Amino acid sequence: MTDDKDVLRDVWFGRIPTCFTLYQDEITEREAEPYYLLLPRVSYLTLVTDKVKKHFQKVMRQEDISEIWFEYEGTPLKWHYPIGLLFDLLASSSALPWNITVHFKSFPEKDLLHCPSKDAIEAHFMSCVKEADALKHKSQVINEMQKKDHKQLWMGLQNDRFDQFWAINRKLMEYPAEENGFRYIPFRIYQTTTERPFIQKLFRPVAADGQLHTLGDLLKEVCPSAVAPEDGEKKNQVMIHGIEPMLETPLQWLSEHLSYPDNFLHISIIPQPTD
Amino acid sequence: MPNSVLWAVDLFGKVYTLSTAGQYWELCRDSPLEFKRVSATTQCCWGIACDNQVYVFVCASDVPIRRREEAYENQRWNPVGGFCEKFLPSDRWQWSDVSGLQHRPLDGVALPSRHWEWESDWYVDENFGGEPTEKGGWTYAIDFPATYTRDKKWNSCVRRRRWIRYRRYKSRDTWAKIPSKEDPKQLPDPFNDLSVGGWEITDEPVGRLSVWAVSLQGKVWYREDVSHPNPEGSSWSLVDTPGEAVQISCGPHDLLWVTLWEGQALVREGINRNSPKGSSWSIVEPPASENGIVHVSVGVGVVWAITKDRKVWFRRGVNSHNPCGTSWIEMVGDMMMVNVGLNDQVWGIGCEDRAVYFRQGVTQSELSGKTWKAIVASRESDRSHSGSSSSLLSAGCFFGDEVRGSGESCAPSDTDASLEADRPGPDQPVPAESVDGPRNPRDSLASGTGRTPELAVEVAGLATQTPGPEPRPGAASTPAELPWTNIDLKEPKRAPSHSAASFPETTGLSSLGLLPLGLEEPYGADDHPLWAWVSGGGCAVEAHAVLKWFTVQSGLSPPVQTLSLSIMPAQTAAWRKQIFQQLTERTKRELEHFRHYEQAVEQSVWVKTGALQWWCDWKPHKWVDVRVALEQFTGLDGARDSILFIYYVVHEEKKYIHVFLNEVTVLVPVLNETKHSFALYTSERTRQRWPVHLAAATEQDMNDWLALLNLSCCESRRVHGRPSPQAIWSITCKGDIFVSEPSPDLEASEHMLPCDQMFWRQMGGHLRVVEANGRGVVWGIGYDHTAWVYTGGYGGGCFQGLASSTSNIYTQSDVKCVYIYENQRWNPVTGYSSRGLPTDRYMWSDASGLHECTKAGTKPPSLQWTWVSDWSVDFSVPGGTDQEGWQYASDFPASYHGYKTMKDFVRRRCWARKCKLVTSGPWLEVAPIALGDVSIIPESPSTDRSGHSIALWAVSDKGDVLCRLGVSELNPAGSSWLHVGTDQPFTSVSIGACHQVWAVARDGSAFYRGSVSPAQPAGDCWYHIPSPPKQRLKQVSVGQTSVYALDENGNLWYRQGVTPSYPQGSSWEHVSNNVCRVSVGPLDQVWIIANKVPGSHSLSRGTVCHRTGVQPRQPKGQGWDYGIGGGWDHISVRANATRALRSRSQETATGWSGEPGLPSTPSRAAGAPHEARGPVCC
Repeated sequence: MTDDKDVLRDVWFGRIPTCFTLYQDEITEREAEPYYLLLPRVSYLTLVTDKVKKHFQKVMRQEDISEIWFEYEGTPLKWHYPIGLLFDLLASSSALPWNITVHFKSFPEKDLLHCPSKDAIEAHFMSCVKEADALKHKSQVINEMQKKDHKQLWMGLQNDRFDQFWAINRKLMEYPAEENGFRYIPFRIYQTTTERPFIQKLFRPVAADGQLHTLGDLLKEVCPSAVAPEDGEKKNQVMIHGIEPMLETPLQWLSEHLSYPDNFLHISIIPQPTD
Repeated sequence: MPNSVLWAVDLFGKVYTLSTAGQYWELCRDSPLEFKRVSATTQCCWGIACDNQVYVFVCASDVPIRRREEAYENQRWNPVGGFCEKFLPSDRWQWSDVSGLQHRPLDGVALPSRHWEWESDWYVDENFGGEPTEKGGWTYAIDFPATYTRDKKWNSCVRRRRWIRYRRYKSRDTWAKIPSKEDPKQLPDPFNDLSVGGWEITDEPVGRLSVWAVSLQGKVWYREDVSHPNPEGSSWSLVDTPGEAVQISCGPHDLLWVTLWEGQALVREGINRNSPKGSSWSIVEPPASENGIVHVSVGVGVVWAITKDRKVWFRRGVNSHNPCGTSWIEMVGDMMMVNVGLNDQVWGIGCEDRAVYFRQGVTQSELSGKTWKAIVASRESDRSHSGSSSSLLSAGCFFGDEVRGSGESCAPSDTDASLEADRPGPDQPVPAESVDGPRNPRDSLASGTGRTPELAVEVAGLATQTPGPEPRPGAASTPAELPWTNIDLKEPKRAPSHSAASFPETTGLSSLGLLPLGLEEPYGADDHPLWAWVSGGGCAVEAHAVLKWFTVQSGLSPPVQTLSLSIMPAQTAAWRKQIFQQLTERTKRELEHFRHYEQAVEQSVWVKTGALQWWCDWKPHKWVDVRVALEQFTGLDGARDSILFIYYVVHEEKKYIHVFLNEVTVLVPVLNETKHSFALYTSERTRQRWPVHLAAATEQDMNDWLALLNLSCCESRRVHGRPSPQAIWSITCKGDIFVSEPSPDLEASEHMLPCDQMFWRQMGGHLRVVEANGRGVVWGIGYDHTAWVYTGGYGGGCFQGLASSTSNIYTQSDVKCVYIYENQRWNPVTGYSSRGLPTDRYMWSDASGLHECTKAGTKPPSLQWTWVSDWSVDFSVPGGTDQEGWQYASDFPASYHGYKTMKDFVRRRCWARKCKLVTSGPWLEVAPIALGDVSIIPESPSTDRSGHSIALWAVSDKGDVLCRLGVSELNPAGSSWLHVGTDQPFTSVSIGACHQVWAVARDGSAFYRGSVSPAQPAGDCWYHIPSPPKQRLKQVSVGQTSVYALDENGNLWYRQGVTPSYPQGSSWEHVSNNVCRVSVGPLDQVWIIANKVPGSHSLSRGTVCHRTGVQPRQPKGQGWDYGIGGGWDHISVRANATRALRSRSQETATGWSGEPGLPSTPSRAAGAPHEARGPVCC
C-alpha cells in the first residue's frame, strides 16, 4: 500500500545530476575540470553551489572573480527559481547530466537578480511562503507561527532535512475540516514561449457546486493555450517535479503534495518534444 | 463517528431517513401508510399514521430482542409416591411463577402480541446459580417457600424446577401497529402528537423509554413499560393535565414540555428514575401573550419553542433542577417546527420553503448554536432522473423568485413521475384526497374536529382576508434582523388574492402534517422535497463532525459511503497511480546512473532543543526545570540515530543524563489533570520500574516532542508504516494503544528474548480491549463498548504529519464515567446526614474514602476529556442499592448492601459523571452493536486457511454471544452478526486455533461450545463447565490447545485434561495469582497483565509478563519474565505465530492432531511444577 506521504519524500529527495563547466572565456591559471554534483530539485542554485564555487575559484586568480552566475545553453539561470523548475522548463528533454556553464564575469544585470548572500535567498524564500499562505489561509497560519518555526522551515531547506522542514510545513498544508481545501491555490505557470515570466491568478480548489477543481480546470481557465483541444494533438507537456500529472488530478491534492518548499505549485508548460 | 439517521416526514406523509454519512434522503420503504408524526431514538422510531394508530419501527439488528418466560414446576414428597403432584391443601399450584402465588400453566403463557414469536419449546433449566444441577434440574427445600439447594437431603420435602422458553420480537425494520386491546371505554381517542425520550434516565438493564402522546381531545397519555426488550410497552395510562394539550416533547433525560391550547407551556416536574411519569405540572407563559406557543421541543438541557407567529425561541437556564428555565430569547428564522435531537442538536422546518434546516454551531458551551443551514440533500428517488448537478443545485435555492416561477410554469410533475416510477399507483402522493377525515385540514376544519392553533390562525386569516399573524413578508422586509445568514432571502411572490391557493397559507394550514392537495400541485411538483416533520432523536451529530448534507454532490456519485468498512483505500484513482509511477520512473531516470555523484548538501547533525520539566531521580522527587536537546545524526550506513540529552542543575552544578533513542523501548503519554507529561523507558528502566518522566508546558509542545522522539525511535529501529500482521498489541489504563513487532526470539524455546527489550510504539486512538490475529485482522473495543476495526493506517492521535498515514485515519471518540461517593453517617437526631465522626472519611470521596472528591472539585481524568453529562446517581454498583441509590453498612469501610438494616450506621452512594474524549486513529466503528469482549481465531502461518472467513466471536455489552460472519483480510470488519443463544448473559469469549470456543457467563461459570467449525461457525450447543471451587471466572483465553481462565480474585487457572476427543478438559489447575488479564497465543504462549510485579524502585501495577518454559509437554510453563509495566491493562499476543526457524518444526509437530512426542531438553527438567505458582505474587 503506498501512502501519500511517500510522495512528499520523493518530491523532497528529487535530485538532478549536473555537470558544471567553467565558461570558456573565463581566465584561469590552469585548466578547470568539470564538477559533478547531485542538485536537490527543491532547492536554489546559489544555495547549493558552494562547492562549485570553491572548485572553480581554485584555478582562478582572485581579481578575476566577481559574483558567480549560471547559464544553460545561452539562458542565464534565475537563482530565485527552484532548481527543479529551471530544469523542467529548460532542459527536461535533453540528456543527463545537465550541463551548466559557470560564469564569474559579465553578470547579466537585465536577466538576473543579484544574490549577495544566503540571506537574500532566505528573504526570497520566506516571502514566497508568506505569499502562499496569504492565498491559502489569509496568512493566518504563517502569522501564528513563531520566529523559530520560520527559521526551522528555512534551516530544513538549507540543510536538506526533510523531517525538520515538514514538522513545520505540515501546518501550512492544513485547512479547516468544513472546507474542502485552501482558499486559493498558490501556483505559478511558466512557459518558455512567452515573454511573460509566469502566470499567477486567484483560483479556488473547489468549484461553486462543490466539485473539486482539477489541474485541467486550472489550465483551461488561466492558460487555455496549454491544453490540447479534445480531439487535437497534444502539443505541450505540463510538468511538475519532472512528471506529468494527469489533468484529472485534483488541484488541492497537487498543492498539498507537489508544491515546492516555498508552498507554490510551479508548473512548467513546455512544447512536446518531437522525437 | 457512528452512522445514525435523521427521520423526517414529507408533506405527503412519506417517511424518509437521512444518514449522517449520507447525502440522500432514503425512503422508509416499509410504510404501508402515510405518517403525520415520527419521534425517533437510536434504536426505534415511534409514529402516528394517518389512520390515527400508533406504530413503532424497531430498527433491525443482528441481535434479536428476546425475552425469557419462565414457570416453576413444584412437587411435594410423600411416603407413597415419592415426589409427586399431590400437595397439601395450603400448598401452591403445581405450575406457578417464582413466588408460587400465581398459577402459571405452561400452555397458559401466551405471546403478548402478534409481533412476537416463540424461539423454541419449553425446556428445563439445569443451571442453578452457576452450578449444573443433577438430572432434571430439580432443586430441593424443606418446604415452600424456602431456600432451595442443588442437593437432595434427608429433610427435603418439596422440590421445584424451572422451565424456560424464549420469545422473540419479530417485527423489526417494519412499522408494527401498537395493539390497542384495552377496554373500549378507556381507549384513548385518536392521537395528535407523540414524543419518545427518557432513555438517559435509566441505564441498562432497566433501559426504559418514555413514550408520551397527546390525543385530539387534549389529554396526555404515557405508555407503560416501554424498553428495548419490550419495544411495544404494555398499556396507555392517562396523565392529568390542567389544560388541553396540543403537542408534547420529551427529552432524552428528564425534561418534558407540553404546549397547551391556550398558548402556554406545561412543564413536568419530578421525573426521575423511580417516577418516570413525574409528579406535577408547572406552567410557563409564552414570550408574548398575543403569540402563544404552538410547538416545543426539548433536549437534555435545552428547550426550543415556536410561537403562533412562527418565531423561534430558545429557553434560557433550563436544566434538571430547573426544568422551567428562566427566560425566552428570540432566535432568527421562521419555522414550522423545531426538533431537538441527540447532543442537543436542533433541526427545524422552514416556513417558507418547507426545507429541513440544521442548526449549526450547537455545542455544550453554546447550546443555542449559530445559524440555520438548509439541508439540500435530495431524495434517493430524485437521483435517478435528475439529469445534471446544476438542476439539483437550483433545487437547493428555494427562496429565489425564479425557482418559484419555473415551478409554477412547469407541468406536473417531475417528482411525481419519479415516485410513480418507484412505487405502484396507490402509494403515489396525489391521491391524498381520497383519504377522508383529518387528512385534509379543510375538511376537518369544516367538521370542527381538528382543533389546533394553526387552524385557528387560518380561520382568522381567512376571515379577515389580510396577512394577519402570518409574518413572512415582515420578516423579509426587516433587514435589521438579517435572519438568514446563508440564504438569499427574497420576498416571495404572493398571490394577489389571499386565497387558500397561496402557498404560505396552506403551509400554515397543514398542522396535521399533510398538504391539502390539488391546488398546490404545480408547486408540490417541484424538484425539492417539502417537509412536514423532522425528528433528530436518533441522529448523533458530533459538534466537530463534517456533514455532507449541505452541498449537492454530482448526480453520478454513489449514495454514501465515505466510512466504508472495507480496508481497501480509496487510492485507486488513475491519477494517483500515475503520479506514484511517474515519480518512481523519474527517480530512476535521474538518479540511477549518477549515484556516484557528490551530494550538493552534506547531511549534518540536527539538534532540537527545548525546555521541559523532569521528575528527578533522587529524593525528594519533584519536577525540576531542564534543558533538553535531541541530536540526530546519520550513520555511515545511512541509518539515523539520535541521542536525547537532559541538562539539569543540582547544587549549582551543571549535569546531564543522556538516552540513546535506539535503546528506548516505549514512550508513554502520562496525561493527568495538570501536567502534559510523558515517560520514556529503556529496558534498564523497565526493570527498575522507573522511567525518565518529562513534562512540557503545553499540550502542543508535548505532542511535538512525543512525535519527534517516536519518529526518531522508529527510525533508529527501522520500524515504519503499518504494523505487521503478527504484531503484539497492548493497551494502557489510559486507553493508549501500543504495538510491538515480535522478533523470532520472543517465543524461542531457548534463549528467549527478554520481554523488557520489546520496542512498543504507539498507535492513535483510545480503546479498552484490542484483539488481533495473524492475518492482519485487528478489532478493538472502546470504554463506551463501541466496536472498532483496524484500518491499516498508523499514527493519528497526537501523531500528526509525517508520523501518521494520510489515509485510514478517522475520528474516534470514547466516553467513560468518573465515579465519586457520597458518604453519610446515622445519628439519633437527624438520621443519616453528611455530618460524620471526626475519624470518618470525607463525606464526598473516591471509592477508597482516602481522597476527597466533591462534585464541584472533581475534574475529568485529563485535559483531553470533557464532561458531557451532569452528576447522576449510579444504581448499578455491585451489591445493589435502595431506591435512592444508597448502600448501607455497619461502618466505613465495610461491605455494603442495598437495603437498610438495624445495624447499619453508615451509608454511601455512588455518583457517576460521563466524560468524553475525541481523538483520531486508524480505527473505524463497527456499528451498531456495542461489545464487551471479542476474540479472533489465532492462526499460525503454517495453517493455510485462505478462502475461509476468519472466525470471530464477541460478547455484546448486554451479554449476548455473537459470531461474526464474513471476516477476511480484505474485509476485516466482516458483514453481519450471528446471534448464539444463551440462557444467561455472558462476559467473555475466546476461540482457539482449532475452533474451540470457550466462554464465561456472568454468573462466573465457564461454557464450551460444541461443534464449531468453518462449516458451522456458530456450533450447536453449550456445555456447562463448573468454575474452580468458590471462584467466579471472568475471562478465558484459548490458544492452540491450551485453555486459561482468570477469576474475579486474580487467580489464573489452566484447564487440565483437554484433548481432541474430550475438548472440555477435566479440571482447573492454579497457575498464578495477581493476574488481571491473560492472552494465550497460537503457539500456546501465555502472556498476562499482572499486578504487584517487583522492580528496584517500586512494585508495579499492570505489568506485561511472559510465561517462560512453556513447552508442548509442559504447557503451564515455569515462571514469569517481566516486561513493560506500570499501568498496562490489556495485551493480545494472539497474532504472533513467529518462532525462530529452528523450532518451527517442533511447532508443527505439536499440533492438535498429534501427541507431542518430543525428546525432553535438559533445561526443561529444571522446572518443578509447583514453582509455576509464579513470582508474580507479591
